[in-house]
Amino acid sequence: MGNRTPLYEAHVALGAKMVDFAGWDMPIHYGSQIEEHHQVRRDAGMFDVSHMCVVDLRGARVTDFLRYLLANDVARLTVPGKAIYSCMLNERGGVIDDLIVYYMTPVWFRMVVNAGTRNKDIAWLRRQAPSFDVEVDVQEDLAMIAVQGPNARAKAQAALGARIGAAPQLPRFAAVESGKLFIARTGYTGEDGYEIMVPAEQAEELWNELYAQEVKPCGLGARDTLRLEAGMNLYGQDMDEDTTPLVSGLTWTVAFEPQDRDFIGRPVLEAQHSAGVPQQLVGLVLEDKGVLRSHQQVYTAQGEGEITSGTFAPSLGRAVALARVPAGAVGECEVDVRGKRLKARVVKPPFVRNGQSCID
Amino acid sequence: MSNVPAELKYTKTHEWVRAESDGTVTVGITEHAQDLLGDMVYVELPEVGSVLKSDQDCAVVESVKAASDVYAPLAGEIVAVNEAVTDSPELVNKEPYGDGWLFRMKPANTSDLAGLLDADGYAAVVAEESH
Repeated sequence: MGNRTPLYEAHVALGAKMVDFAGWDMPIHYGSQIEEHHQVRRDAGMFDVSHMCVVDLRGARVTDFLRYLLANDVARLTVPGKAIYSCMLNERGGVIDDLIVYYMTPVWFRMVVNAGTRNKDIAWLRRQAPSFDVEVDVQEDLAMIAVQGPNARAKAQAALGARIGAAPQLPRFAAVESGKLFIARTGYTGEDGYEIMVPAEQAEELWNELYAQEVKPCGLGARDTLRLEAGMNLYGQDMDEDTTPLVSGLTWTVAFEPQDRDFIGRPVLEAQHSAGVPQQLVGLVLEDKGVLRSHQQVYTAQGEGEITSGTFAPSLGRAVALARVPAGAVGECEVDVRGKRLKARVVKPPFVRNGQSCID
Repeated sequence: MSNVPAELKYTKTHEWVRAESDGTVTVGITEHAQDLLGDMVYVELPEVGSVLKSDQDCAVVESVKAASDVYAPLAGEIVAVNEAVTDSPELVNKEPYGDGWLFRMKPANTSDLAGLLDADGYAAVVAEESH
């Protein structure tokens, strides 16, 4: 038996197909992964993401700590509640994890990290934190529900009533506390919505209130097709400890300016940058019929590469992928799909954003 | 427990086989198999006229989750394929024993049918897998 979130019983009662994900018993779907995908693109769906790990970082020098720890620069955050997406790198410039960190007060940041990397992330934080006198406080008693889709915010507001607090006024990529809730306008689907942290004992009640507003439960299967259509990386597939952000489509998350900011991994990234980045993470659209999958070989005019994440994209009715290919690869290419060379095209992700196709 | 019609024959690899009155057999994947795979998004069918050995892989069904080979339950020749599932792979989910059939074969030896699993035998295979 794996770890269970506070919503485990609710998933089983809804007929979810439960699978192991990073040691957690999680719903992969509640009947049809594709219907759940469309539900999020067209209306509103909710995901149990309580397996993700929330860590509070506190201390007078917490900003200095995070400026050293992360490749993105938290000094860019000046408005309380605002967040950035960043990679946390090792000394080799490899990605330990990707995360979101919220600036709450000058002495408090809240970080959300992946379930599969939880233990090594906490160990890394605890190793780096003492020299900055930063307290690393893992929030074990929080559940998290992601409500996503064009109608997600309105339906969440209807479900929460006054408990929604100041959340309706949130700009994108920002969070606010409301009583015991922590409501963030973030997500992993390419749609608008909230990620709501809630005390574990109140999670099922909130889930049921959202359900009563016809926010449909969606599993990890739809979460994966939605994030891939949105061109978002998945840790462990699209990047890991042996790849830098520069070969993972994440150069935009690395703050090289100001030049005097020292952060873990910086010298390696600078060296790679000045030597010329050998590879790039690109989008692929399959022109032929079939399905792209991770580890399929890609053949471009510039050389060979490999698919890191591939799927059938329900919103496009065709297969798409993220692939690591030689730098400069553009236009037509081929993919080895089960022994056949199929035609594909290199594109710039995202494939879908806010319900609309971004592909010609 | 998923639906295992008594009048059909089965393989351990989750194909079902129906003997037709004209001596051909119709082949598809079982309700259990489609349930394991999830929503179908792509089906690749054999060429009409291809001559297959027993257990030869001859079709592919792909769901959002994974690709799975489909094997010829008997030796024989492909005499028809269901083009409808190429356009609408979800038929395999909705009607695995009906409109979601995959192909029709003319068996090399009609007696080979007797070597396939009956419904009880297949139900036992499914039960075994879920333990």
